[in-house]
Amino acid sequence: MTDLTHIRNFSIVAHIDHGKSTLADRLIQSTGTVKDRDMQAQLLDSMDIERERGITIKANTVRIEYPAKDGETYILNLIDTPGHVDFAYEVSRSMQAVEGSLLVVDASQGVEAQTLANVYQAIDADHEIVPVLNKIDLPAADVDRVAEQIEDVIGIDATDAVQISAKTGIGIPDVLEAIVTRLPSPKGDITAPLKAMLVDSWYDAYLGVVVMIRVIDGTIKKGDQILMMQTNAKYKIDKLAVLKPQMVDIPELGPGEIGILTASIKQVRDTRVGDTITHERKQTAQALPGFKPAQPVVFCGLFPVDNAQFEDLREAIDKLALNDASFSFEMETSAALGFGFRCGFLGLLHLEVIRDRIEREYDIDLITTAPSVIYNVYMRDGSTLELHNPADMPDMTHVDHIEEPRIKATILVPDEYLGDVLKLCQDRRGIQVDLTYAGSRAMAVYDLPLNEVVFDFYDRLKSVTKGYASFDYQMTGYREDFLVKMQILVNDEPVDALSMMVHRDRADMRGRAMCEKLKDLIPRHMFKIPIQAAIGGRVIARETLSALRKDVTAKCYGGDASRKRKLLDKQKAGKKKMRQFGKVEIPQEAFINALKMDG
Amino acid sequence: MADNAGFGLYVHWPFCQAKCPYCDFNSHVVSSIDQTRWKSAYLTELARVRDESGSRVLNSIFFGGGTPSLMSADTVADIISTARGLWTPANDMEITLEANPTSVEAGRFRAYSEGGVNRVSIGIQSLREADLKALGRLHTVKEARDAFEIARNTFPRVSFDLIYARQNQTLDDWKAELSEALNMAVDHLSLYQLTVEPGTAFGDRHAVNRLPGLPTDDLSADMFSLTHDITEDFGLPAYEISNHAKPGAASIHNLIYWRSGDWVSIGPGAHGRLTLDGKRIETTCFSAPGQWLSSVEKTASGYEDRQTISPEGARTEAIMMGLRLTEGVPAEMLTGTRVEHLINDNLLEIRSERIRTTPKGRPLLNAILRELLA
Ligand SMILES: Nc1nc2c(ncn2[C@@H]2O[C@H](COP(=O)(O)OP(=O)(O)O)[C@@H](O)[C@H]2O)c(=O)[nH]1
Ligand SMILES: C[S@@+](CC[C@H](N)C(=O)[O-])C[C@H]1O[C@@H](n2cnc3c(N)ncnc32)[C@H](O)[C@@H]1O
Ligand code: SF4
Ligand SMILES: [Mg+2]
Repeated sequence: MTDLTHIRNFSIVAHIDHGKSTLADRLIQSTGTVKDRDMQAQLLDSMDIERERGITIKANTVRIEYPAKDGETYILNLIDTPGHVDFAYEVSRSMQAVEGSLLVVDASQGVEAQTLANVYQAIDADHEIVPVLNKIDLPAADVDRVAEQIEDVIGIDATDAVQISAKTGIGIPDVLEAIVTRLPSPKGDITAPLKAMLVDSWYDAYLGVVVMIRVIDGTIKKGDQILMMQTNAKYKIDKLAVLKPQMVDIPELGPGEIGILTASIKQVRDTRVGDTITHERKQTAQALPGFKPAQPVVFCGLFPVDNAQFEDLREAIDKLALNDASFSFEMETSAALGFGFRCGFLGLLHLEVIRDRIEREYDIDLITTAPSVIYNVYMRDGSTLELHNPADMPDMTHVDHIEEPRIKATILVPDEYLGDVLKLCQDRRGIQVDLTYAGSRAMAVYDLPLNEVVFDFYDRLKSVTKGYASFDYQMTGYREDFLVKMQILVNDEPVDALSMMVHRDRADMRGRAMCEKLKDLIPRHMFKIPIQAAIGGRVIARETLSALRKDVTAKCYGGDASRKRKLLDKQKAGKKKMRQFGKVEIPQEAFINALKMDG
Repeated sequence: MADNAGFGLYVHWPFCQAKCPYCDFNSHVVSSIDQTRWKSAYLTELARVRDESGSRVLNSIFFGGGTPSLMSADTVADIISTARGLWTPANDMEITLEANPTSVEAGRFRAYSEGGVNRVSIGIQSLREADLKALGRLHTVKEARDAFEIARNTFPRVSFDLIYARQNQTLDDWKAELSEALNMAVDHLSLYQLTVEPGTAFGDRHAVNRLPGLPTDDLSADMFSLTHDITEDFGLPAYEISNHAKPGAASIHNLIYWRSGDWVSIGPGAHGRLTLDGKRIETTCFSAPGQWLSSVEKTASGYEDRQTISPEGARTEAIMMGLRLTEGVPAEMLTGTRVEHLINDNLLEIRSERIRTTPKGRPLLNAILRELLA
């Protein structure tokens, strides 16, 4: 057990690619926490997808022992948090478990949208903040300008910002000293009854459910009988450990310390992030306020390409859900796609991550239907309905009005691209809330419908700004608007998996784009195929896929029979990847690609 | 299906003078060929496949390639006379040899005829000088016409091949060329749309957009229907997708393939089909000429593989081959398939208990087959 004055708990906040993971690696390495030969880059990002995409999805923690210049050894607990907006809520919760933050800003780039979003969360959590200017090895680094920007835009003092290069190691000792001297030590009462916060939990193939905790008061030991106060569940602690970042057993944890425990907990769903852990016998008088569980905001259908894999998909989803309480699902049937699941996600990245993992780790090819947000549908008879799936949209004659979720989006962009960004936001029904400048960068704040953002907004933003814009958002609430359900008909048959909710003013454009896209994505058939977009019974856009005119093999003699027969067999296998709509076959990619809009 | 569809012998000669840039046949260019070694290998194989097939009435022999007009007349004659002795030759047995129209080869026509060949199929390919060049052919239009004249004065039956839908060919160009061809033709013509095959020089060029001027889908569809209309008006209607003949002048040998008859095959890369004890057997010879030759010499067999085709597979073959023919297939062969809606869409039709493609369906045969069989 370490006394409070020798503990520092902190997180690192940064915009993506500003060097958070690299800095964490350096801190771990320079303190000898991990032997050089065991060191690998982006050590805390352990999932394949995290490494591949260079993003952090799951919060992670590491305990570092640091002998400081004052001759004392300190325990530094770093909680690494995800940077992406989809996981913002998770970040805000983890921040409650630490007292300070390193604000890392790339000195060649300056403040970006996620810098702002994340640092505001740190400020909300009452953190002491140490600005760190990274990448000073780069010729383009402009330390003075960026320090000034931090002061102007964020409003915190940057005169003592630590200047480092996480890549070359310059300034790393200064960061360690700053953590000890400038961040506060935690507070707590070792004599009080146990009060610990459940910071996070995840499923481990060997250990089962692992719970990350931050002790506030009292002490916790292996073998203790504990109570989780919100769920009222009782457990005996099987294992108590700290992460360095591999697990090292520890007999006891006291106030201010961060560690993990296992206790024969069956599912991650049985735990609540933010719950208060206390001793069953000697309970704390006052539980922590707790957190609201993260709510899914984006929904879509996931269907196996091969209908025979439905049970495999169910199993995969069950398993993933064990480890991810923010992901929701229920069975769905589609006339076109057969059996699948309607799933809820924290955002598009979360959706992609889950979909990738199902395809990769469980080897199931998926059809993903149009992402949708939750609409509040107010019926004429006074009842209301939460609409997760456009296919469930009631007949418009019974509907009084519809509300949709809105967000506040913050976009930072170099001046020269501002015009394009404003146009994009306008096109997506955005309302400008604020427009200010920070040096040569503009900061635009927009009130936007979430539904306009779940379709490729981020891709469009990247392409109109050549990747120079940064973007972040938060949910703000619901507002009524003129929303309609648009259906797509292929050869006069409605394709339920492609129907979507759109604003009436945008419907014609969306419908046209969708029909044009599908015309390219559906292979030509032996007859011509009308492709239409319709609202109710009214067609608002139409394309015609002309009939295939010639597809015949010129030469086919005795020696060609085997090859041709095998080709037909292969095409039989390929057909499994198609979906039949009346007489028309639609390849699975069409469902995904039709939703990517170009304008 | 087998018995009434006839029985044939296919002999593959795998050598050519030069490799044409569009060709994906098992054809090779070599500096010298030991004709006697090859002859004895063919004769060894003949005896073996006779054991395999048992005694049958032999309806046809076909020398294909490669360029069989590079075979010595003596080898051709020996194979024919040996085959006549091994099986029972039909009265109207057809003996075809594929020939390239150079003057050297035309010089051998008389000897082939004396050896028993009674039909030649000449690879003229085009009646346009520039196009012959583009196709990488070694002969000129004049040589082709001369070889054809010699052939029709030598053999009872003569056919020739053209490749159309070539680079930069317009519909009118093809119409004019086709009319010239029809005026030359005796009673049979093979008219192939150029296929860009992967793994050929044309395939490589096409992959990097270096094969410009190929017809659009619409133009090639128009060329196809024009070809079928004009040949029909001229009295040489299509009896198969790419083959046209006066009534009664169809190739007996190729009909065996399309009607799923039986044939034995000898020579590198040749495929055979035999129906034995009700089972459909597929045979495959080694493709590489050297490997085939040494396998025959060492093991007295050129087979690389011999397998039974499942009844389902045999049916698939019978349908995909049979629907190439204008006569179509027996209707019962398609029971259990989605034939109904193809008939409703006027792509297939039923005539006297046979199902066949309509003029609308013929150019879409692959799509029809996918609908029926995939
Ligand atoms: N030149 C330079 N590159 C750096 C430095 N720190 C990080 N990088 C690079 O910046 C990229 C993003 O770093 P990473 O640590 O993954 O950023 P994260 O997204 O904030 O975790 C990687 O290619 C790093 O190698 C630095 O100090 N100097
Ligand atoms: C077995 S091949 C070759 C016969 C002979 N060696 C010749 O080239 O004249 C028979 C015919 O198939 C046709 N052919 C070959 N390759 C072709 C291709 N890629 N596209 C269309 N027709 C082709 C030619 O008309 C050729 O005459
Ligand atoms: S001559 Fe015939 S077989 Fe030989 S390469 Fe040319 S097309 Fe192919
Ligand atoms: Mg990272």
